[in-house]
Amino acid sequence: MIKVKLFATLREGRQKEVVFDYFDGITGKYIIDMLDIKEDDVAIYLINGIDGKINDKLKDGDVVSIFPPVGGG
Amino acid sequence: MVFGYAGKILRVDLTNRRFRVEDLNLELAKKYIGGRGLATKIFYDEVDPKVEPFSKENKVIIATGPLTGTSAPASGRYMVVTKSPLTGTIASSNSGGYFGAELKLAGYDMIILEGKSDRPVYILIDDDKVEIKDAGNLWGKLVSETTDFLKNIHGEKAKVLCIGPAGERLVKIAAVINDYDRAAGRSGIGAVIGSKNVKAIVVKGSNKVQFYDEERVKDVVSNKIKMLRENGITGQGLPTYGTAVLVNIINENGIFPVANFQKSYTEYADKISGETMAKDILVRKNPCYRCPIACGRWVRLKDGREVGGPEYETLWAFGADCNVYDIDAVAKANYLCNEYGLDTISTGATIAAAMELYEKGYIKDEDIKEDGLSLRFGDSDAIIGWTKKIGLREGFGDNMAEGSYRLCQKYGAVELSMTVKKQELPAYDPRGVQGHGLEYATSNRGGCHVRGYMISPEILGAPQKLDRFSLEGKAEWVKIFQDLTAVIDSLGLCLFTSFALSAKDYIELYNAVCGFDFNQETILEAGERIWNLERIFNLKAGIDPKEDKLPKRLLQEPIPEGPSKGHVHKLSDLLPKYYEVRGWDEKGYPKKETLIKLNIE
Ligand code: SF4
Repeated sequence: MIKVKLFATLREGRQKEVVFDYFDGITGKYIIDMLDIKEDDVAIYLINGIDGKINDKLKDGDVVSIFPPVGGG
Repeated sequence: MVFGYAGKILRVDLTNRRFRVEDLNLELAKKYIGGRGLATKIFYDEVDPKVEPFSKENKVIIATGPLTGTSAPASGRYMVVTKSPLTGTIASSNSGGYFGAELKLAGYDMIILEGKSDRPVYILIDDDKVEIKDAGNLWGKLVSETTDFLKNIHGEKAKVLCIGPAGERLVKIAAVINDYDRAAGRSGIGAVIGSKNVKAIVVKGSNKVQFYDEERVKDVVSNKIKMLRENGITGQGLPTYGTAVLVNIINENGIFPVANFQKSYTEYADKISGETMAKDILVRKNPCYRCPIACGRWVRLKDGREVGGPEYETLWAFGADCNVYDIDAVAKANYLCNEYGLDTISTGATIAAAMELYEKGYIKDEDIKEDGLSLRFGDSDAIIGWTKKIGLREGFGDNMAEGSYRLCQKYGAVELSMTVKKQELPAYDPRGVQGHGLEYATSNRGGCHVRGYMISPEILGAPQKLDRFSLEGKAEWVKIFQDLTAVIDSLGLCLFTSFALSAKDYIELYNAVCGFDFNQETILEAGERIWNLERIFNLKAGIDPKEDKLPKRLLQEPIPEGPSKGHVHKLSDLLPKYYEVRGWDEKGYPKKETLIKLNIE
């Protein structure tokens, strides 16, 4: 199982959290395609809170957090 | 003809209730840009660094920059420079809203307040007409009461800067508030103004800032506005959610301090996030002068009142840092800070430290029994109740009004104060962001995130993504960020423009407005000059370079859980490199050749 957390504008028209069944070879790219999120809209992509790449293979149980471009201070 | 600058300084002698208008020294202005830089230079030349902050010898400089009040985007900023009663360092606190621009349009680059009035006064500035007026009836009034009253007399167009009851009572974490809800928040500057018996400054301006090249300014400005609109952060993220959008990002990275930095991740962050604010309490945006980003929020409190909304730092300080996940309570505490004139970061963080002192048994039930409030982490009523008591120095709030360092010191537990140079750290746990921790340790005004915002590259990926745990190149990054920030602060623009704009863009604006020929090298050198001058002030004030440190907890106790689990901050590995890239000796004193290179006497 992969838990996917979406934030900010990525929540518009989607759930905050989406769960994907794990399969060997599943990546962030697959997930954002399934969720209809454009690659350009992914500014911060974390796997278990650590910076990842959307083409990295995921492990069963991973938590993925996806943010559009955001900032503050 | 003077371009960009107003060309005049208003000097107010409060002791003798006199004022004088002086010409701006343009050569000096060019060397230190304006705003934070020029005010620091003038302050340094006129005030003994050893001055007692509440004495009449301390001065307060309220300074605009050459771009303040122009058509440049986000150009409503001004800076308050004085010696801080909280840190003992130079204080320079920045604010937006409309006051700064109005001051410039009234014809002044800065106001210098000196001496001390023997009774409450306010200063009225209507272009070249200046009056020092009695404010006896305003003493004790909240910020909105004061602002309403003064606008009633002097007109809706008048812009008001004032202190609340906290500044009057010399609360060491008191802020200066302008336009009802914009704060020059940090380092206790509100108390310095209070010590001078100044309740408010009212300004009306009808001039226009002159440009060296009108046509070029028009082109450059529209190009920069376009860049801000097209950038994901300044065109989308900040306009939609305000700074509060950071709550979830920072928490997901496991660097969101919880319960006075005892943990750095919480499963409840979403309850106090920008997303929740937008859904539940947001009324509209609340932008500053000429700002296309418009990150400010206007929210509805539970009782129906509509007021300025909390920033990210505030949602953290009263929220996670006190282990409170009740957005209505946090919005209320934020509102009270604006009314009493308090710094939200230091107030929330001081309450958090008091909660840890209480839970560890230092503060006893009998110490607070008269107050009728608890000091338990997670208590929403406590954050509201203590904020008021700090603002009034009432009951145990009197101890908390000294800030967390002095509070913890009183109980022999300074290690529980999450401060640098006695100023409360903001909302990022440096154990999981190494460069940002170096910025905390070296900031010239003590614990602070906006002197070199390393969260930008280390977390947000702007202008490029850096590995947040790595030490590689961080000293150099921090130096450049600090120097560039000094430039932006001195120009009078909002720091948030830097998510989209770079040094080159600021130079184009500055040169077009003033007719100067700055380039990348000379502008960053000006920033570095400002940084070093602040450092020298602090050294002469008696701040030992050994104070370039972080609380023991952050250096020795690994983060216990969450995505940054196991990390500590590696300051001792970073600091020598930082001193080296700064051209300082290994003890942290600027080398002579560095000062000569920067042309600092
Ligand atoms: S970005 Fe936000 S804080 Fe900065 S000037 Fe604009 S509205 Fe004000």
